[in-house]
Amino acid sequence: MTLTNNPPATKPTLTQRGSSALGDRIFSWWTLGTGLLVLAILGLILITTVREAWPAFDAMGLRFITERVWDPNPATGDAIFGALSFAYGTAVSSLIALLFAVPVSVGIALFLTELAPRRLRGPAVTVIDLLAAVPSVVFGLWGILVVAPALVPIYQWMHDVFGGIPLLGRLFGPVGSGRNFMTAGLILAIMVTPIITSITREVFSTVPRADKDAALALGATRWEMIRGAVFPHSFGGVVGAVMLGLGRAMGETIAVALVIGGATNITANLFSPGNSMAAVIVQQFGESTGTFTAALIGLGVVLFAMTVLINVLAQVVVRRAEARMKGSVA
Amino acid sequence: MASNDTNLTTRPSVAVHAPGTTISGADSANASVMQLRDVSVYYGNYEAVRGTSMPIQQNQVTAMIGPSGCGKSTVLRALNRMNDPIPGARVSGDVLFHGQDLYAKDVDPIQVRRRIGMVFQKPNPFPKSIYDNVAYGLRINGIKGRLDDHVEEALTKAALWDEVKDKLRKSALALSGGQQQRLCIARTIAVKPEVILMDEPCSALDPIATAKIEDLIFELTNDYTIVIVTHNMQQAARVSHYTAFFTAEVDEAQERHGRLVEFSQTGKLFTNPADKRTEDYITGRFG
Repeated sequence: MTLTNNPPATKPTLTQRGSSALGDRIFSWWTLGTGLLVLAILGLILITTVREAWPAFDAMGLRFITERVWDPNPATGDAIFGALSFAYGTAVSSLIALLFAVPVSVGIALFLTELAPRRLRGPAVTVIDLLAAVPSVVFGLWGILVVAPALVPIYQWMHDVFGGIPLLGRLFGPVGSGRNFMTAGLILAIMVTPIITSITREVFSTVPRADKDAALALGATRWEMIRGAVFPHSFGGVVGAVMLGLGRAMGETIAVALVIGGATNITANLFSPGNSMAAVIVQQFGESTGTFTAALIGLGVVLFAMTVLINVLAQVVVRRAEARMKGSVA
Repeated sequence: MASNDTNLTTRPSVAVHAPGTTISGADSANASVMQLRDVSVYYGNYEAVRGTSMPIQQNQVTAMIGPSGCGKSTVLRALNRMNDPIPGARVSGDVLFHGQDLYAKDVDPIQVRRRIGMVFQKPNPFPKSIYDNVAYGLRINGIKGRLDDHVEEALTKAALWDEVKDKLRKSALALSGGQQQRLCIARTIAVKPEVILMDEPCSALDPIATAKIEDLIFELTNDYTIVIVTHNMQQAARVSHYTAFFTAEVDEAQERHGRLVEFSQTGKLFTNPADKRTEDYITGRFG
């Protein structure tokens, strides 16, 4: 018996087949192209809005973001464009929205992933997603016609009960029409709940069965299992979901414009009317010219910057918290 | 004595239970901690395992072996109610723990799992630090204050302390597979269960890591009773005192059911099996 290798009858082809090579190349160009397209669009938006807003930035300087007065048509002197009141309104209404929406959304998501009977999950998810499909102007009209008037007595009661407490009482000041920061925040909360719920639910459902089993096998109750196995696994994803909700809340225009009350106002009183950047843009853009228009676009730039800043901060928080929770990997 | 240690209905105010002390010296050699009486496990209408009866002896290692799909893991999970979260899972017959049926109405599965811990096939440490992995079980069992001593004790018993004592705050996920599995054992023994169930604990590990776990299993019998499911017959022969051989049978309706074929002392089962099917399996003619 010979031990020499018989050469194979035909040489095996190791070079790439023509068609698959082409497909691969198209695929890589396509994905690279779409990725770059996003960056290009983002960059273009930033450049053009800053350029369009320039006359206002030029006239106001840094005061554009530190000034609380917004007076496009003063009786005497130059127009004053300060974004601070509206930035405050955006921040307060969005914060109220998150304060209500996050616990509710996380609760719904936990119920759907951990507690709800299997038959109920599908329909429940559909109903929540339907909530996301309601146009925002409908939320706004519902807010102005139904929610705001209905809430006035409740606001009044809260003012009567908590208004006298030092510091805390300042949040629950005198009540006006029911169109105020609080109502705007509540309407926003309803609007962002479906987004946060749906992403949070996805995140929770990726927690490995093995991790949950590990907790249960140690004698954990369902809640202890959720705290020990589900939350550490999902923290980053949940923060991401909250950020998406926050982005929606901060950028929401028409619903807020209808229910926030339309006042240039910085006050701790949540029952006082105010205004948000997005709402001001939609209310005043039609009647603006020249520097006024530039100032409104400038509000858009500030809003954009605020969202980016918050998202970056959130990333840092997530990274820190995960390192602390999981222990350093290195 | 045993009586006040086996109350499974409420969470005890003091969660420390010294294993191995429940049975007095005279009959400890052959006392059974658990007893299965005609146990069948169902998933919905499907009977996965049929009529299993066997004892689990105190401070001994009981191995469950058999081909894939014979229901050995299913039976194991029935021993601490880990099948409960699976929709449609149901157990009939009696699973007795110190004479008390684990499936009785007033039994709290949380208490059951505190006394009867489990180590899984794939190492599954939490995505937390090594320290927090061990401390987790202590915390949920209401042990407050400084846990350092408890954590060190558990890690030492799991033969892992020397390897991790300088990096307790590092992520558990940075450990090797074998270390992760020993961490999972440490996490389990930290809450001082009486019985530890192991579901193919070495199947994801290399031979050296496997040898370490096997040594550890032997050590652990000083304090604990161990039930181990394994695919590996040699492993069963090496580590166990008693062996249960399961197989899958197809009935008239063409449905497969897991069945316990033979239960006896490991030496006897491997050298002088009573059943032809056991002999075929251990001699490699089947499965």
